[in-house]
Amino acid sequence: MTLDGKVPTGTLAEKWTKYRSTVPLVAPHNKLRLEIIVVGTGLAGASAAASLGELGYNVKCFTFHDSPRRAHSIAAQGGINAAKNYRNDGDSVRRLFYDTIKGGDYRAREANVHRLAEVSVNIIDQCVAQGVPFAREYGGLLDTRSFGGTQVQRTFYAKGQTGQQLLIGAYQALSRQISLGKVKMYNRHEMLDLVVVDGKARGIIARNLVTGKLERFGAHAVVLATGGYGNVFYLSTNAMNCNVTAAWRAVRRGALMANPCFTQIHPTCIPVSGDYQSKLTLMSESLRNDGRVWVPKKLEDAQAIREGRKTGNQIPEEDRDYFLERKYPAFGNLVPRDVASRAAKSMCDAGYGVAPTGLAVFMDFSAAIERYGRSRASTLGIANPDKQTIIELGERVIDEKYDNLFAMYEKITGENAKKMPMKIYPAVHYTMGGLWVDYNLETNIPGLFAAGECNFSDHGANRLGASALMQGLADGYFVLPYTIGTFLANEIKTPPIDTNLPEFAAAESETRARLLGFLSINGKQSVESFHRRLGRIMWEYCGMARSAEGLTKARKMVQDLYAEFHSDVFVPGSMDEYNPELEKVARVADFMELGELMIVDALHRNESCGGHFRVEYQTEEGEAKRDDENFAYVAAWAYHGMGQEPELHIEPLNFEEAKPSARSYK
Amino acid sequence: MKITLKVWRQKDAQSKGRFETYTLNNINEHMSFLEMFDVLNEELIQKKQEPVAFEHDCREGICGTCNMVINGQPHGPMRGTTTCQLHMRHFKDGDTIVVEPFRARSFPIIKDLVVDRSAFDRIIQAGGFISVNTGQAVDANAIPIPKEVAEAAFSAAACIGCGACVAACPNASAMLFVSAKAAHLNQLPQGKVEAKRRVQAMVKQMDAEGFGNCSNVTACEAECPKEISVVNIARLNREYFSSVVGSETVV
Ligand SMILES: Cc1cc2nc3c(=O)[nH]c(=O)nc-3n(C[C@H](O)[C@H](O)[C@H](O)COP(=O)(O)OP(=O)(O)OC[C@H]3O[C@@H](n4cnc5c(N)ncnc54)[C@H](O)[C@@H]3O)c2cc1C
Ligand code: SF4
Ligand code: FES
Repeated sequence: MTLDGKVPTGTLAEKWTKYRSTVPLVAPHNKLRLEIIVVGTGLAGASAAASLGELGYNVKCFTFHDSPRRAHSIAAQGGINAAKNYRNDGDSVRRLFYDTIKGGDYRAREANVHRLAEVSVNIIDQCVAQGVPFAREYGGLLDTRSFGGTQVQRTFYAKGQTGQQLLIGAYQALSRQISLGKVKMYNRHEMLDLVVVDGKARGIIARNLVTGKLERFGAHAVVLATGGYGNVFYLSTNAMNCNVTAAWRAVRRGALMANPCFTQIHPTCIPVSGDYQSKLTLMSESLRNDGRVWVPKKLEDAQAIREGRKTGNQIPEEDRDYFLERKYPAFGNLVPRDVASRAAKSMCDAGYGVAPTGLAVFMDFSAAIERYGRSRASTLGIANPDKQTIIELGERVIDEKYDNLFAMYEKITGENAKKMPMKIYPAVHYTMGGLWVDYNLETNIPGLFAAGECNFSDHGANRLGASALMQGLADGYFVLPYTIGTFLANEIKTPPIDTNLPEFAAAESETRARLLGFLSINGKQSVESFHRRLGRIMWEYCGMARSAEGLTKARKMVQDLYAEFHSDVFVPGSMDEYNPELEKVARVADFMELGELMIVDALHRNESCGGHFRVEYQTEEGEAKRDDENFAYVAAWAYHGMGQEPELHIEPLNFEEAKPSARSYK
Repeated sequence: MKITLKVWRQKDAQSKGRFETYTLNNINEHMSFLEMFDVLNEELIQKKQEPVAFEHDCREGICGTCNMVINGQPHGPMRGTTTCQLHMRHFKDGDTIVVEPFRARSFPIIKDLVVDRSAFDRIIQAGGFISVNTGQAVDANAIPIPKEVAEAAFSAAACIGCGACVAACPNASAMLFVSAKAAHLNQLPQGKVEAKRRVQAMVKQMDAEGFGNCSNVTACEAECPKEISVVNIARLNREYFSSVVGSETVV
């Protein structure tokens, strides 16, 4: 089946404006009669729930967290993009659009990306009005910095805590709507099923995580803003509780999953140190503004460092290989993530790794410290500063810019990265794939919308840094509040949804049976141990480098693991109580099914693009080789169960403005 | 490392709790405190016993979910560090560590080390926001804000809502948390407009939730993982009294 993205007509630049002035509206008195369920309170969910409440809709909002403020968005560090061009460095909506399309390796829908670039400027205004304390210059105006894949400085930030500050802004807006009675908030409620009535999304089944009871909630429309699925790899930079269950349950009710194999491996994370490790910690991409990535030129130096006989500081300048600057002179250390990650991996594979495991490269701040030190000294009017003064002043500038990042690195590794080069290695970070949505952010199930990381819409095969926060807030504040009207305008006569309908009863009893099923297995192995094993399979065969052979093997391995899981997992406790293991088991089961689909998707896409690197498809220099002839489409899958063949639906991608070309950062 | 843990176990809000002792023999000094709990739980599950319920999410010190009182100190012995960012290298082989939930009347226990901190949400709902709807904003650079002011607001806004200040306070007062939110919003030009109403509404809700009074013990500041300053409390007190005196709009 070919899917219709419902892209409005008109030139790219005028589509969104035209759409907004012609989209069907819901009159204020009708909004008061309509109910919307929003699942998720991250940037996408909180901003959507608050904005929909402000418009007059009655919103029920859900999170499995103990508070809406805990959503994983809180952990985003580096910044948020916007085409404000406050720096007069040649930025524009068009350039942000183009960078994002190119960064995504021409696998995103042009119209969505252009809209994202257009509303990006409103986001910054909105956040400032809410009191988000962005970094400022001495003149009192907003400061910006650079992120990967761009040659302008369009990234707004609040030290290394941008996500936290943006989320608190959205959380406060949400709190205001809660106090006004427009949003009813359900903390510690986990959505475990979607209820579809007469083909339309009309509610959810959620488990009250404190009492353990299953509860039914009805509404005229359902919005999922439930985040990404990076934790399918077990080890990732995502928060421990991030999971795919809400989206996956929708898939099991007929929603399509688009491009599931498009996952992002972030180049700069703290390397793995031991088997007990529960998660990986990101070192923000913003550090690549000032950090130079290198490995020793000589294999023997690399070996000496691995064995603890030398440190990075002892390698003289001429024996260092700044491989990103060498390979990609135009973008240098600021190449996009997929490119930087693969480069780091290939250096380590060639024996130049600098951690005992062999899996790390250096990121060095000494040059930046010196540059900043000199500049600060001259601002302070210190003539001929000595080396010591320069370094002290320079380190102070680094602290102002990155504050918590260096502290976090030191807490985890016990090393001070201002004195010793930081050790980094790529780790799973973000998922570009997600629920298939059209231009309205509506899935193929009428009335079911998806926003933020849980949809596939804007980042193609690779996301540029600082654009997930932008997308989450664009979807929630400025897109969904309009586009949801296309569906709801036809629902004004629909009375409140009755949760006694048989569809609700059936979904509830299926969910109960599923949970009781897990409890009754009573095997010997913990949920966590299965999750770790799944993660290892996915990382090995569906991670940074994929091959048809490996993927074929991996699919079988996941199927076997799934069978073993269903015969030998042990879940303590019961259903009617606070039971974290029961929460986890259902999530891990969904991750396994998703894992299988990711493998199928990766296997079918016989090309390399963005974060999807198939070793069979590369150029002589080892760069990704795209196949626009055969794969310039969105792969949206219907999934019916482990071991069954998923069905492929295709949405062809047409490029009117950003004509696909080889993606070069050299 | 060998570590002995005395952990608070409590089945649910109604049941009585007690300490249970567990010995772990293979703790690596590079593990985080929560990874040690992962190891403990894995062992309990292997023995088909109930694992210890504890809350966590980001494990990066930013979400505010983790909350253990470790040897009497909320978030343990390291300054400016959440439970999840505490590493075992700060303990010694053979140590006995006592682990309890955050205790306060306004934070009822749900199970083991898990408590209900939704009172904080209700305080923010009372007034911890700026009343602006989506789409009503002026251009972001229309209001220049001095760098120092923006940074002061940022420092207060760094609060992660963990509740350690409440757990540290002998009166279980929430003043540090409330004052941090007031200091974040009231210093910014956008937030000044509603400052009086905000302060009154949040303090009123704080009292309604049953948090104790502040008697300047300052244990909160010492245990706060984000090192939020008690100067904010003094500022809040000033703002509160000046908002009540001579105001017609006491909420
Ligand atoms: C360490 C780190 C740093 C990052 N830094 C940046 C950055 O600097 N710039 C940038 O642009 N992006 C960054 N990102 C990416 C960005 O943070 C995320 O993509 C984005 O925050 C996702 O937001 P969201 O609203 O879609 O989902 P989330 O913030 O993940 O929120 C998901 C919400 O859904 C709820 N939920 C999920 N499932 C259910 C269920 N079944 N039932 C009920 N509730 C449910 C959760 O409780 C939560 O409230 C970073 C990511 C990481 C991991
Ligand atoms: S003030 Fe400090 S201790 Fe209190 S909630 Fe905020 S971060 Fe936690
Ligand atoms: S788990 Fe997020 S702050 Fe500790």
